[in-house]
Parts: sequence; C-alpha cells; structure tokens
Amino acid sequence: MDFVLLIFLPIVAALFVPMLFRKLKGIHTGWFVLVVPVLLFGYYTTFLSTTMDGGHAISELQWIPSLGISFVSYIDGLSILFSLLITGIGALVVLYSIFYLDKNKEKLGNFYVYLLIFMTAMLGVVQSDNVISLYLFWELTSISSFLLIGYWFTRDRSRFGALKSMMITVFGGLMMLGGFILLGIMGGTFSIRELIAQSSTFINHEFFTLSLILILLGAFTKSAQFPFYIWLPDAMEAPTPVSAYLHSATMVKAGLYLVARFTPIFAVSEVWIWLVTGIGLLTLFWGSIFAVKQTDLKAILAFSTVSQLGLIMSLLGAGAITFHTNEAIFALAMFAALFHLINHATFKGSLFMIAGIVDHETGTRDIRKLGGLMSIMPISFTVAFIGSMSMAGLPPFNGFLSKEMFLDSMFALRDFSLFNFDTWGIVFPIVAWIASVFTFIYSFYFVFKTFAGKRKKEKLPLEPHEAPIGMLLSPIILASLVVVIFFIPNVVGKWLVKPAVMAVQPYEYAHPSEVAVTVSAWHGFASPALWMTVGVIIIGALLYLSLSKWQKIYSIQPDHLSLNAVYDATMTFSEKGMNRLSRFYMNGLIRTYLIYIFAFVSVITLSVLFIQDAFVVDMSSFTEVNSFGIINAIILVLGVIFILFSKTRLGAIIALGAVGYSVALFFVIFKAPDLALTQLVIETVSVALFLLAFQHLPKLSDHGETKRNKLANAIIALGVGVTVTLVALSAHSQKLISSISQYYIDTVKTEAGGGNIVNVILVDYRGFDTLFEIAVLSIAGIGVLGMIKLRLAKKEDSNENK
Amino acid sequence: MELLMAILIGVLFTAAVYLILSRSILKIIIGTGLLSHGAHLLILTMGGLGGSAPPVLSDGVTDFADPLPQALILTAIVISFGVTAFILVLAYRAYAVHKTDDMNQLKGNDEHD
Repeated sequence: MDFVLLIFLPIVAALFVPMLFRKLKGIHTGWFVLVVPVLLFGYYTTFLSTTMDGGHAISELQWIPSLGISFVSYIDGLSILFSLLITGIGALVVLYSIFYLDKNKEKLGNFYVYLLIFMTAMLGVVQSDNVISLYLFWELTSISSFLLIGYWFTRDRSRFGALKSMMITVFGGLMMLGGFILLGIMGGTFSIRELIAQSSTFINHEFFTLSLILILLGAFTKSAQFPFYIWLPDAMEAPTPVSAYLHSATMVKAGLYLVARFTPIFAVSEVWIWLVTGIGLLTLFWGSIFAVKQTDLKAILAFSTVSQLGLIMSLLGAGAITFHTNEAIFALAMFAALFHLINHATFKGSLFMIAGIVDHETGTRDIRKLGGLMSIMPISFTVAFIGSMSMAGLPPFNGFLSKEMFLDSMFALRDFSLFNFDTWGIVFPIVAWIASVFTFIYSFYFVFKTFAGKRKKEKLPLEPHEAPIGMLLSPIILASLVVVIFFIPNVVGKWLVKPAVMAVQPYEYAHPSEVAVTVSAWHGFASPALWMTVGVIIIGALLYLSLSKWQKIYSIQPDHLSLNAVYDATMTFSEKGMNRLSRFYMNGLIRTYLIYIFAFVSVITLSVLFIQDAFVVDMSSFTEVNSFGIINAIILVLGVIFILFSKTRLGAIIALGAVGYSVALFFVIFKAPDLALTQLVIETVSVALFLLAFQHLPKLSDHGETKRNKLANAIIALGVGVTVTLVALSAHSQKLISSISQYYIDTVKTEAGGGNIVNVILVDYRGFDTLFEIAVLSIAGIGVLGMIKLRLAKKEDSNENK
Repeated sequence: MELLMAILIGVLFTAAVYLILSRSILKIIIGTGLLSHGAHLLILTMGGLGGSAPPVLSDGVTDFADPLPQALILTAIVISFGVTAFILVLAYRAYAVHKTDDMNQLKGNDEHD
C-alpha cells in the first residue's frame, strides 16, 4: 500500500465534514472525525517493528518530477515518533473537543475542517523527505493554525492572535525556504536523505552557515523560541482543544523536529551547537520566569510551553555535540530531548485540557478568581496535580526522569572542550538550574492557586461542578501515561526513543540498540542532578510560599519595553509606512502614471539599445530622399507645431486633419495605395466626428498647469520621441529573421487567387484578424451609441453606492 | 528617406506624448490621434521604404513594396479610428456628467477609493 497517500487522508476526510455537520445535526461531528486519527494511529503503530530494528519505510508520489519535487513519506524512528504523537494526541483532543464544543452553538463544520487540514499538514511535515514538500506542509500548518486561532473570529483578540502567529511563523517559514534552496544548491537534490549522505562536503561551502541560520530561523519561529515566542501566548485565544493539540503537543514541536532532522547535516558546525543550545536555554529561562507573572491559566501554560520547548531545544543542541566527542553524556542529551518531547506532550496536553475544563465549568480562567476547587472537582484536581508535578520534575512522574537527564547534560557541557565551551560552559548548568526553580514555582502556582486555598464563590461567573466523564477521559488517559512512563521508561526508550535517536544521529549508530542509555530514577548520591533537584525543590518551595511578596517585581517592566511592543510597533510602522509609500507614488493622477510608463519605456529601451550594442544604422540600405517627401514632411511638422500651440479647438482639429492627410500622402509616396485611400476616408470621417463633438467640449485650456509641469512633460515627450527614432532606425537596419513578405508575394496567386497582395493578406491569410477587427469596431460602436443614448437621468439608478 | 522618416516619427511621438500628458481631455484625444499616425509611419519605415511598385501583381513587375507592413497598418488605421471615436464620445459624456475636462479633477476623491 502506498502509505504516502495516508498523509492526505485527513484532508480528504475534511471534505465530508461540512456535509456531516449539516445533515446529521443530532450527532456531534467530532465522532466521525475521531475515526481518522484513530485509524491512522493504529496503522502507524505497525511501523514500530521496522523502526525498532533501525529500518525505515518509503513511499513516494511524484508531484513535479522535472524539478525534483515529490511527496515522499519517509518513515524512520524520528518520523514515527512524531506521527504517533500527532495521531495519538489528535485522537484524544478530538474526543475531548466533542464534550468541550457544543454541537448546537459552535461552528463545528469549520472547526473540524481546520483541524483535519492541520493533521495532514503536520503528518506531511514530519514524514516528508523532500524539503520543498516539507516547506509546503510547513506553511499549511501555519495557515491551519491561523484559522484555528481565529476560530472565534468575532473576537478582536482572536483575530489579533491569529494574525500575529501567522506573521511570525510565515516569516520564519520563508526564511527556511531560503535555507532549503541553498541546501538544494549545495547538494544538487531536495531529498533530505541524499543531503545527509553528502553532508560532509557542505562544511566549506560559502552557503553553509547562511542556510544553517535560515533554517534555524524557521525552527525558532515555529517552536516559539526567544525572541519569537511572543505569538504563542496570543495564540491561546484558540479553543482549548486547539491549544492542547497545536500549541503544545504538535505544531510547536515542528521546529524541534526540524532541528533534529537536520542535525546530521549541521552538527559539525560550531554555530549550530551554540545557537541551538544557547537560544534553547535562554528560552527556557525566559519562559519559566515570565510564566509566574501570568494570571490567566492558559497564559501560564503558554509560557511554560515556551520554556519547555526551550529545554528540548537546548538538549538537541547538546546532543549534537556527539558529532565531535564520544562522551556518553551527550548521547544521553539527545535521548533526553526526544524522551522529554514525549513526556511534555503527555503532561502538557493533560494540563491544557484541565485548564479548559476549569474554564468550562467555572466560566473564568483568571487565577485570581479561582481557588478551592479541589473538593468540587476532585478528578480534575488529581489530573492537574499529576501533570504539574511531572512538569515540576518530581517523582514518580515521567517529567522527573527527563528533567534529571537534562540537568545531567547541562552539567556536562562544562567539560566539553571544543568551541570555548570550557570557559563559558559553567553558565549552562546555572541558568538551567534557575529555570528549573521557576518551573517548579509555576507548576505549583498553576495547580494550587486553582484548586487549593479558599473558594472565592462570589467571583465565579458559574456555579462550579465536576466536568462530565467524557471530557475528563482524555486528560485521564494522558495523566495515567505520565505515571506509567515513569515506571517503564526503558520500554518507551526501546520502542520509540532509541530508534528516533538513531535517526537523528545516523553517523553514530547503526542500530537502535547501540544507543547505550538506560533510564533509571535513582543514580546514587554522587549524581549532580540529584542535588540540583533537591536544591530546586527547597528553593522553589520557599519562593512559592513567599510568592505574593515578590510577584509584584514583574510590574517593574514597563509595557512599552516588551517584545510585544516591538511587534506592535513593527506592524503599525509597516502598515502606515507602506500606506504612505504607496500613496506617495500612486496619487490617482493619470498623468503621473503615464509619466512612469513613458519614462520606464524610454529608459529601458534606450539602455538596452546601448548596453546590448543594438543601435546600428545602416546608411547603405536607405532609399533616396524624395523631394515630394521633404515637402510633405515640412507640412506635417508644421501641422504638428500648429496643434501644439493652437489656442482654439477648431484650429487644433483642422491641423490634426492636415497631419492625417499628409500621412496619407506619405502612403502614396511609399507605394501604398490601399493605405492612402483608407487613411483619406478615415481622416475625413474623424475630422467630421471631431467637429461634431467639439461643440460639446469645453474650450482648450491648460487648467493653470505650471511651467515646471510643462517642462517635465516636454522632457518626457522628447525622451520618448528620441527613443522611437532610434528604434525605428535600428529596426530598419537589422533584421534578426527574414520577413515572411516574400512568401505572400510568391503564393498570393497560386494559393489565394488574388492580385492585390495587401487585400488578400487581410481577407484571406489573416482573415481572422480582420474578423476580430470588425468585432472591435462593433464594440466601439455599441459603446459610442450607449454613451450617447443613455440619458443622464439614469445616473441615479446606476450609482452602485446608493 | 528612412532617416527623414525616423525623425518625423520622433516628432510625431514627442508631440503626441506631450499632449497626452496634459490636463485637458481634448488635447489628450488629439495626442492619441498623433500617436497612431506616428505608429503607422513607424511600422512602414521599419519594414523598409523600397520597392518601385505597389504590392499589386501585374505582368513584368518584381520589385514590390513590402505588403506585410501595409496590411498591418491598414488594420491599425481602422482600429485607431474606433478608439478615437470611442474616447471622443467618452470625453463628451464625462464632460456632460462632471462639467469639467480637467484630468486632475476627474481623478475622483478619497470617497471613491
């Protein structure tokens, strides 16, 4: 079976959603949608046996073969890990949304269409082997994210958040496309596998660092790394199932996927390791500190997601170090990155769902109004507690395991001797430790401010009660995974993490079993991570208990000095600035536009003539000067001058007639009797028409045009005149290909049976031209008739603004 | 003769463009008229002005004027007449409705954006 087609299953299913939503009002549309991720999840699990052995599967669908662009589903350890996350969490989120979104009040048709589009896009991102189709799916995730954030499009905040996320992620996506193209130039292929195979030749290429930075920009914007994270908190305007799915479990991890996928190509570079580790750690630090400032439950989770993404990013950077050294600790880092990615999806997904439940049941997400819900919502509390404790890095939850490994890896960076890490490396464990303290604080802040303490009944919009079991089902499943993974980390490692590690570091391992990492909860008293964790718990607990005393510090930062203010200023500037710019050169005056056109035509034509040495005058081909011609030319020029300086309408019209007749005379001189006849007739009719019309037109006036304007007009006009003269001379003097005229002369008798060659060309060889010419004339005639006949009284009716 | 014609064409184009850039509708229409004259002569000159006889088959004549530019120009003359007639009536109509032939006032205002 061509499993590449399965990527498109969700988007095909999306076609039926609006119909199901309209026709089957009684059944929540989500139940039909649920089938898709469940089926896909089941199917993708069958690949596990292949990837566990270090194998992979490929299925290809040609798209634009001539450009080397195709849809490829390349499933290896890394792809399968993500695919299972996307479909698995996807199924749980759809199940949750069935109870979260009311089937009678919400536009479920839209919601599930967007969600299914996203699913296709995300599967495409993690399975594509072709960078161009990867880019396509990448942007599709941005678009579906935009649509989902703006799902409640009547709210200002939703539209603002949707646009913000779109602006930032699409900017990153475009940068990434640039990086991909540079990679394509370096490797001569768009296939990631082939690029990886020849990556050792790239390091000295001049595009190497540039493409590295461009691709990282794509990854950092998508995965909400500093300073691009600002879109993620605003994306929380989306319905909670979307936040749980896109903005914590899957889409924001696309950037991590990208970094992991391109590690084999870029790990050799010092810039890569510094940027990925450094920015990751900075994001972890920044996000964890600002999470404590938030008062909205989902905002806390958003900042915590930013922070956790930073954690995984820094681990990916540290893991890339294995390219340079064989120390086992860095192999641990890559394992920890992918392990934490799974753990984060489980605990953060459940926390988001709980935040949604609290919002749903109490009517608010403001943590200042919440409190004491523990006794009313015991199941929600339990789930939130498990998720938060895992997030804080406490046993017996999966977050503890990956957090310990993270601390170990950061501690080890100190000893890495390349790229100045031995001098600066001490910063890493310190920053990581501080960030862990704040992670601890916001985890406690989230769960205990909501569920413990005094109930503030009067502040809640709704009478709180426990959520229906259907809504609790998904978070319960995720929370139990949080606990289960703690007890069987090595099973998860064997099935999912090690094959993925092998896929990320093919230069290191030939088989997943070679990844020599065994996860254990207890490392003995000598382990630095143990003491760091103990320190985190003690300091974190102290700081949490005194939170009310120091939380005010956050208000020191003025709003206009935040990154959001920078974004707002950029948007306002570009909107206003561009508007001003376009109004500056598009002033609505037809003269201005004509000046642009004429000036460009003459400048471009003249420069081409001289740059290409195309200006040639062949005097020898000129015919003799004819005395009639000279007289006629003088008449013509006099007529033109008279028109230019005429003060009356009548004079100008008659002079125009004179010019027309002298053109007719030229046709006589140059042996073109048909033209001369036609010109005479047409000119006569034209003059008559002008004379008819001029009575209805106002007197000639220059409407107070300034001398400067007139001079500018004259210069432009002269430029065009000179250009045309030079073109006429060059065109006459050189012919690239011989004229078809001789063919007409030779065949006019035999083929068309006529003697007058011009007439025969018009009515026979080019008969269709003449037909359409007649059509044009008829249209002009109808237009003329219409404009004369339609009375002014009709104006009122035809004005569409009224 | 070609040189003379080329200069003549340049004069026609210069005058035509100058008139088209002005603010009065009638001048613009006259400008388009001159522009089509210039274009016709340009086509004729580009093809070459040689040939001792009109392009009509008759016994013993082999040196015809080039028939192809003539065929093109014939079409162009008729079309340019159609255009002139159309914009002339358009100008009449625009003047009747707006009571002005000043292009700067005919550009509309911000309301119509």
